[in-house]
Amino acid sequence: MDPNTAGWVLIAALALPLVGAALMLLLPKDDEVRIKRFAVLVTGVAFALVAAMTAAFDYGRSGELQFVTDVAWIDAINARFHLGIDGISLPLFFLSYLLPLLSAIYTTKHLPEPGKPKAFLGLMLLLQTGMAGTFVAFDLILFFIFFELVLVPMFFMIGMWGGPRRDYASVKFFLYTLFGSIFMLVSFLAVYFQSGLRSWDIVELSNASMIGSTTFQTWAFLGMFLGFAIKVPMWPFHTWLPDAHTEAPTVGSVLLAGVLLKIGTYGFIRIALPILPGGAERFAPVIGVLAVIGIIYGSLCCLAQTDIKRLIAFSSVGHMGFVMLGIAAMNEAGIQAALFGNIAHGVITGMLFFLAGSLHERYHTRDMHVIGGGMLMKIPRYGVLLTYVAVASLGLPGLAGFWGEFGAMWAAISPGFGLADRYGGLYLALVVFAAIGTVLTAGYFLWMLQRVNLGRPTEKWAGAELDDVLRIEWVAWTPLLVLVLALGVFPRLVFGVQDAAVSVLLRTMGG
Amino acid sequence: MAIDFLAVGPEIALAVTALVVLAADLSLRGDAKQLVNPLAAVGTLVALLLVARLWGEERTTFGGTFVVDTFALTFKALFLVVLLAVLGISWRFFAEGRYFQGEYYFLLVTAFIGMLLMPSARDLLVLFVALETVSVPAFVMVGLRKRDLYSSEAALKFFLIGVLSVALMLLGMSFVYGFTGATGLDAVAGAIGGLVAADTVEPLLLAAVLLVVVGFGFKISAVPFHFWAPDTYAGAPMPVTAMLAVASKAAGFAGLAIVSFIAFQPLAGVWAPILGAVAVITMTVGNLGALQQRDLIRLLAFSSVAQAGYILLPFGVARGGTGALDVAVNTAAFRSVLLYLVAYAVMNIGAFGVAIGVSRRTGLRAIGDYAGLGARSPLLAGAMTVFLLSLGGAPLTVGLWAKFAILEALTVDVTTFGLVLAGALVINSVIAFFYYLKVIRLMWMVEPAADAPALQPGFNLSVVVAGLAAVTLLLGVLPGLVTDTTSVVTFAAVR
Repeated sequence: MDPNTAGWVLIAALALPLVGAALMLLLPKDDEVRIKRFAVLVTGVAFALVAAMTAAFDYGRSGELQFVTDVAWIDAINARFHLGIDGISLPLFFLSYLLPLLSAIYTTKHLPEPGKPKAFLGLMLLLQTGMAGTFVAFDLILFFIFFELVLVPMFFMIGMWGGPRRDYASVKFFLYTLFGSIFMLVSFLAVYFQSGLRSWDIVELSNASMIGSTTFQTWAFLGMFLGFAIKVPMWPFHTWLPDAHTEAPTVGSVLLAGVLLKIGTYGFIRIALPILPGGAERFAPVIGVLAVIGIIYGSLCCLAQTDIKRLIAFSSVGHMGFVMLGIAAMNEAGIQAALFGNIAHGVITGMLFFLAGSLHERYHTRDMHVIGGGMLMKIPRYGVLLTYVAVASLGLPGLAGFWGEFGAMWAAISPGFGLADRYGGLYLALVVFAAIGTVLTAGYFLWMLQRVNLGRPTEKWAGAELDDVLRIEWVAWTPLLVLVLALGVFPRLVFGVQDAAVSVLLRTMGG
Repeated sequence: MAIDFLAVGPEIALAVTALVVLAADLSLRGDAKQLVNPLAAVGTLVALLLVARLWGEERTTFGGTFVVDTFALTFKALFLVVLLAVLGISWRFFAEGRYFQGEYYFLLVTAFIGMLLMPSARDLLVLFVALETVSVPAFVMVGLRKRDLYSSEAALKFFLIGVLSVALMLLGMSFVYGFTGATGLDAVAGAIGGLVAADTVEPLLLAAVLLVVVGFGFKISAVPFHFWAPDTYAGAPMPVTAMLAVASKAAGFAGLAIVSFIAFQPLAGVWAPILGAVAVITMTVGNLGALQQRDLIRLLAFSSVAQAGYILLPFGVARGGTGALDVAVNTAAFRSVLLYLVAYAVMNIGAFGVAIGVSRRTGLRAIGDYAGLGARSPLLAGAMTVFLLSLGGAPLTVGLWAKFAILEALTVDVTTFGLVLAGALVINSVIAFFYYLKVIRLMWMVEPAADAPALQPGFNLSVVVAGLAAVTLLLGVLPGLVTDTTSVVTFAAVR
């Protein structure tokens, strides 16, 4: 597998889940065991391929696109089928093959109501192609297709296998994201015509000198901002997220938090910033302020939740706030921290949603009052895992959550692109408030642990038979648990891969 | 004056077919009457072959009033394929309904002769004749269920509004002739261009231009000429509704495009903003109306009003000048209309096809009756999902590219008005998805009623629906199959 020539690897990786979904249609509907095993097989093979590609990746040149495919696609509008992968995309691409595999393994034991594994896993595979594709598409049109492709399977996942308010949540998710993405498409078109290059190529457009006037860039950035900010989601566009997460089945939540939200921040870093640096510069303080409001607001909302899954959902709003703060800093450290925070959040929050799902399987409720404490006595292994992942999420040094938050705040003290001169005071204030946010984050997670983990089991549960962590859950979770520690101890695992690519990115922005 | 018979070959083939169908219906008895359907299909295929034979050629006949070029042939091919699809979904419907089969097929084919004429017409009078040839059979077809009050009401409403708008259009045409002394579109354009250059455009000429546009506004059911659409669609026999909503509307757009982009192009500065505003109002009214519906046919009717608004949008950015940028804008607008019509034909006929399949022998047509369709008939529900997603503009369906082409046309030259139109399209797409998703959700996520009757869509209809769904998806991945063909349709070629 030569990274210079083996473009087929990415195509195969993207096609495998689709082919798998098509083949799955042929399996008999009643043979649930075989369907589930087949899904594990498909996601496993795809993951093995991506793992092999990760091994073959040339880390010495992580700033350049590798495994490139670039062929004509729709001549009438000059759209090309351009795939490639660099240091920024690689960790996210890897994650979008790891999490579906783990989800497929998890589903062999826990299939959400009302069953129908064929449809459920088929949609998951379709979703996988969509989300993985966004990270390797280097043509704006192709990117848009993958970006939109994600909506339909997720809509069905929430709508068919979701909780009691699934109708409302699924439609809200779909319409919200759609609304932003079409504005994004309008911006893409405006850039296409304004640049004069007649090209949708992300690399080409990033390298182009300033496209249009500053006013044009500001408006075009606004369109992309709407598309990506809703996907992230940033306050005040976040309201679809708690509903979608609360109602979605476990696997849906894991993939939503683990990969889908990353598409928004990735879009900012890969597309909005390099193509429209002028607009980004003017928007950066706005993004920073909204990000910090998100951090504080998310934390305060968490403090008010009694449903554990909803609490985790709101914590995502806060964590993505840190990622956006890193982006608002517009310097190398900030982008690095944002990308790291992305990965860390995907691993940690994905894991937290697995835990919340398993909690529901056992207690048939996620309400902290009903559970009422004593989990460390009742199901000790599970309680330990919850503690471990929760403290990782609140940003304990030594675990994955720390580097993204710390790095974002550190970077925002001295923002790039002359922002330090004009908005130095504002950014300092942002850092102070973000720091207060970390304290609140620690507060609600510790409070949650105190309420469900510590103390004695209530009468209701004292005599109940509850399984501790099952073998299949160990299998599905161990990779994530290891990653949480590994990324915390060796942040270079991600930083090192991204480093050169981020430098290249900032060079194209002219900073 | 020698007539180029090959150029009018497709029209002649259809005319012969219409007469054969009528004669066959008179001579056949009982169940044998069904045979008129395959007969009509054979005639359509012959016409399609003639279109294929003419492909790539440019011919003019009847003293320049009738032109065959890629633009016209693309539309003709579209109409003939639509005719085949309509025949496919009509067979069972009319054979079992004991309606007037022979008359129906005769009228249907006659209406399509008018449609074939439309994109070739280069003269106001020929355009008028084409428009009437489409309309008059349609008036009768809508009222074909003579003993059904709804059908009669639908026909009457359709007829009255239709006649009124045609009268206004004729008045406008006579004014245009009075000002320009010509009925040929190029001559009209030249004369108007002269008036514009001399800055002696009188208000009455502008009024005349708008009156002509009104006539087409009725055909495409643009606001405020849309009132007939929901009632007529709901009252007419369903295959007729599919024909009206797709073919007749596409013919209206073909005519409107020819008139506005050729004859009245120098005055684009006047009609373009008006059509743009009408487009925005049309799609908003259509979408807001669709939100309220409980009957699926009425929902599709309002949705097709909204779709007409989308298709009308590119007219809003048309330019009167002849500079390079003006031509680029006009060409992009023109092509986007063409692409959207192709996409619209595929997905909308498909949606009506599913509706016919569901109602066959069951009479189900309320949206609530679609609950649990996914469990009862995966084929119909899956196809309907594809069509509705496509009508909304979801990825991997042709609908996305259709919307994309329109957005592209609106942003070729970034103007405030263009961006306002684009913003209206965005907001309307989101509203539209709300009701499309409502149906999709019902089909897949709600249990079917316990006493729901079994569905029998029939073989013919299933094939047509499955084929259209496959085309929707295929063009969703490879839109180049259409765009590369139509990219030769340049604005210059139309002039």
